[in-house]
Amino acid sequence: MNLRTPDSCSGKVPGLYIHIPFCRTKCPYCAFYSETDLSFIPDFLRALFKEMDMARNQFDRFDTVYIGGGTPSVFTSYQIEEIVKRIRHNFALASPAEITLEANPADINISFLERLRDTGVNRLNLGIQSFDRKTLIFLGRRHSSAQAVSAIEISRKAGFTNLGFDLIYGVPGQDMKAWLDTLSRGVAFAPEHLSCYQLTVEANTPLITRYQKGELPFLPEGLQYDFFIKTSEQLEDARYTHYEVSNFSRGIKYASRHNQKYWNHTPYLGLGPSAHSFSGNRRWWNHRNLEDYINELSLKNAPIQAAETLSPKQLRLEALFLALRTSAGVHLKDFSEKFQYDLLLEKGETLARLQEEGHITIRDGILYPTRSGLAIADSLALI
Amino acid sequence: MERIRNFSIIAHIDHGKSTLADRLIQYTGMVEERNFQDQILDNMDIERERGITIKSQAITLPYRAQDGKDYILNLIDTPGHVDFSYEVSRALASCEGVLLLIDAAQGVQAQTIANLYLAMENNLEIIPVINKIDLPTADIDRVMEQIDAELGLDPYAHIKCSAKEGIGIEDILEAIVQRIPPPQGNPEAPLAGLIFDAHYDSYRGTVIHCRQFDGMVQPGDIIRFFFNKAAYKVEEVGHFSLKREKSDRLAAGEVGYIIAGVKTVSDVRIGDTITLDHRPCAKPLPGFKEAKPVVFSSIYPISSEDYEDLTVGLEKYKLNDAALIYQKDSSVALGQGFRCGFLGLLHLEIVQERLEREYDLSIILSVPSVRYRFTFKDEQILYIDNPAHYPGPVSIARSEEPYIKAKMIMPEKYLGAVMKLCKDRRGLDSKINYLGPGRIELIFEMPLAEVIYDFYDRFKSLTQGYGSFDYELGDYRESNLVLIDILVNGEKVDALSQIVHRDHARARALQACERLKEEIPRQVFKVAIQGAIGGEIISRTTISPFRKDVTAKCYGGDITRKRKLLEKQKKGKKRMKMIGSVSIPQSAFLAVLKTDAD
Repeated sequence: MNLRTPDSCSGKVPGLYIHIPFCRTKCPYCAFYSETDLSFIPDFLRALFKEMDMARNQFDRFDTVYIGGGTPSVFTSYQIEEIVKRIRHNFALASPAEITLEANPADINISFLERLRDTGVNRLNLGIQSFDRKTLIFLGRRHSSAQAVSAIEISRKAGFTNLGFDLIYGVPGQDMKAWLDTLSRGVAFAPEHLSCYQLTVEANTPLITRYQKGELPFLPEGLQYDFFIKTSEQLEDARYTHYEVSNFSRGIKYASRHNQKYWNHTPYLGLGPSAHSFSGNRRWWNHRNLEDYINELSLKNAPIQAAETLSPKQLRLEALFLALRTSAGVHLKDFSEKFQYDLLLEKGETLARLQEEGHITIRDGILYPTRSGLAIADSLALI
Repeated sequence: MERIRNFSIIAHIDHGKSTLADRLIQYTGMVEERNFQDQILDNMDIERERGITIKSQAITLPYRAQDGKDYILNLIDTPGHVDFSYEVSRALASCEGVLLLIDAAQGVQAQTIANLYLAMENNLEIIPVINKIDLPTADIDRVMEQIDAELGLDPYAHIKCSAKEGIGIEDILEAIVQRIPPPQGNPEAPLAGLIFDAHYDSYRGTVIHCRQFDGMVQPGDIIRFFFNKAAYKVEEVGHFSLKREKSDRLAAGEVGYIIAGVKTVSDVRIGDTITLDHRPCAKPLPGFKEAKPVVFSSIYPISSEDYEDLTVGLEKYKLNDAALIYQKDSSVALGQGFRCGFLGLLHLEIVQERLEREYDLSIILSVPSVRYRFTFKDEQILYIDNPAHYPGPVSIARSEEPYIKAKMIMPEKYLGAVMKLCKDRRGLDSKINYLGPGRIELIFEMPLAEVIYDFYDRFKSLTQGYGSFDYELGDYRESNLVLIDILVNGEKVDALSQIVHRDHARARALQACERLKEEIPRQVFKVAIQGAIGGEIISRTTISPFRKDVTAKCYGGDITRKRKLLEKQKKGKKRMKMIGSVSIPQSAFLAVLKTDAD
């Protein structure tokens, strides 16, 4: 760990995110925006293409594309091909660009995946979440563990050499052993990338209602910590790099180039309902409602719900808390020049104490969070 | 002068004083119905919220009596809490009579008696008023018995009223006219005016509230304060309507205000006498005392950059609160601040709240203390109200602490519980007086230090609100005192030190550690809290650090939300004091003295 962000990421070429606001079924824990009425897909696509058309003046070139959601794999390969075509039509894509698609293991077959490869999608992220039947049921997933295994196999067969899995831990009923079992089954397939998320109880989800009613116990902090540390240790033993709080890759080369843009203030354009965009000191986001999104665009209006302009202080806080989530850490001199704030000068005593406690290390002018530091990255940002 | 009546209303807390004042104001047509709001004389937010009167207020009510003549009735409203008894005494000294208000359901309470004594000391005409006669639980016969037996007043001289329902208001106004004597005084004699309050007006400076006893004052006169001999030219005089109303002069017998370019607070003392510079009165009016604080605590700005603002804020605040005393102070842990003396804990809380509200200051108060007396081996005597200045046991020959005489009135059934509370607080020499069927007065001598914090709250809860508590300061008594220091991560925080009786030291130190553990939020580091006497650690708690608090997901849509949350947390942290690398919230310093609620 503790590798610096490769230049391809800090080079500030913007990234493009496309939010596909559709799912076949809603998972009770998920707070991302999606609709289950798939009959809106054609209207959505028309609106999306209009949005691309309108955005081409603002952004002209990307080196990553991330098609997420929702569940992009509810689309046909032709619909996805059309999206990628339109991207290429409206914007310049660097070569090679990282083009990622998120998929549900239940949705995909070999011909779908092969056509995806032909379209240019070169990174596939599978929403596996768990290999344990009970956990999958709790999470309301519509795929089985067997479907996950077959999805992985056909992905490789279709030629995907950059494959990522999403896994969830801290699920009620899942003990450490069950989690480590899922984790080692995942590792056995040698994916290039792993995202291991602690189950987050999000506002406005069916899951939070169950917690509020007292049906489910919150995971004690000590156990949260144990899960977090064990996961990191296990994966680093398996030669993965823990490059962000919840993200691991087979060497920094396979770290998600797109996602790193969120963490180092690289500009990004987000298209589709609820998608967020960022450039310079401005952030804006689209309506989190498919109808509003479609209506605005049919009126030739940008489907923006709101925007914020970040003050230098806000940018500084964001830069700090985001960098502390990553193994890239904080380049102290750059930070001081950019924000007129010398962390060593202002917070030297606290930083020394944090080093003693083993939460951070400072080497060659860069402040790195350690494993235990990543676990408290939010508090570290408040020093 | 024949047509002036100066009076006050005195009552136990919640017996309806402010409501009665409201009704008198309404009845005499001082304020139109639509402009009226409850507790009209309590114009500070904090007074309305807490339902108490903190400052004395005066208002002049014009009244045409049944005899057809027009009278000027000056109502001087007084604070009701035991902490403010000096202010009450000065307000009463400005009157010739009082309405002694008694709740028809609750009857005579400790403060009723304490206030009655104050009125008697000032030779005032006393008109008992039984309020809340509309309540279903009203027991007028019982109250009349109490007026006779406990107050020693003529039970048939009372007036029945319900301030809430507006019953009996005219009877009260007539009684004021007929029974309270008009002021005496010689308008030709040298000026003698009593300052009973002062407030600060940001346009006019200090506005002095005073009662003229002799002579007369008018704009252009040079006045002089007896206490510090400072002289000022009078700019304006007038009376208190709902707002200030300018007049040509203030003459003997009148109540009103003087504006005389008095800029600094230290020139105005409640109870001081105003006279004319070129023709002074022979001696000051009696009764002047410098405000005598009993509870001491230091105020520090949370951020040292705000020290100047605190200095200015305190100075302005002091204009409105002559009872607060303060001087510069510094703490190793908290930096530059002020050592303050308060009349009591309620007074301290009010000062804290008003400084924060009215002057937008973020402040920390150190653990409150009483004033101890130490006699050294060389016979030298030192009074110490700041535990940080405790001289160390080796040089001390004799340690003493102030005692009080506490008077509690309560229904008999609570006696056992209250006796136990008092004994736990080192109470001695109890006396029990039977006041009437089922009602007792319990008298205890107790160390002041044992009652300054939560005694009153504990007493109220033990007696389910039916008990009343009052105290007078007694003498100093020898006591086995030790200093408890509190160490946070090995660093001594002098603002958390307290002086306690040796027998209670271990328990108090543990309690302080436990309270701090509750008050200090968990942090990135482990926080060790230790209580120590000298070098010896006698108690210890640990606040375990955060180990995992990071959010799992942080992508495009999460960043703004996360930042806003962090901004909010940062703001909260700014209201805490950093000691080394530990953030200590304001509440922790006052919580240290709180005992378990059993």
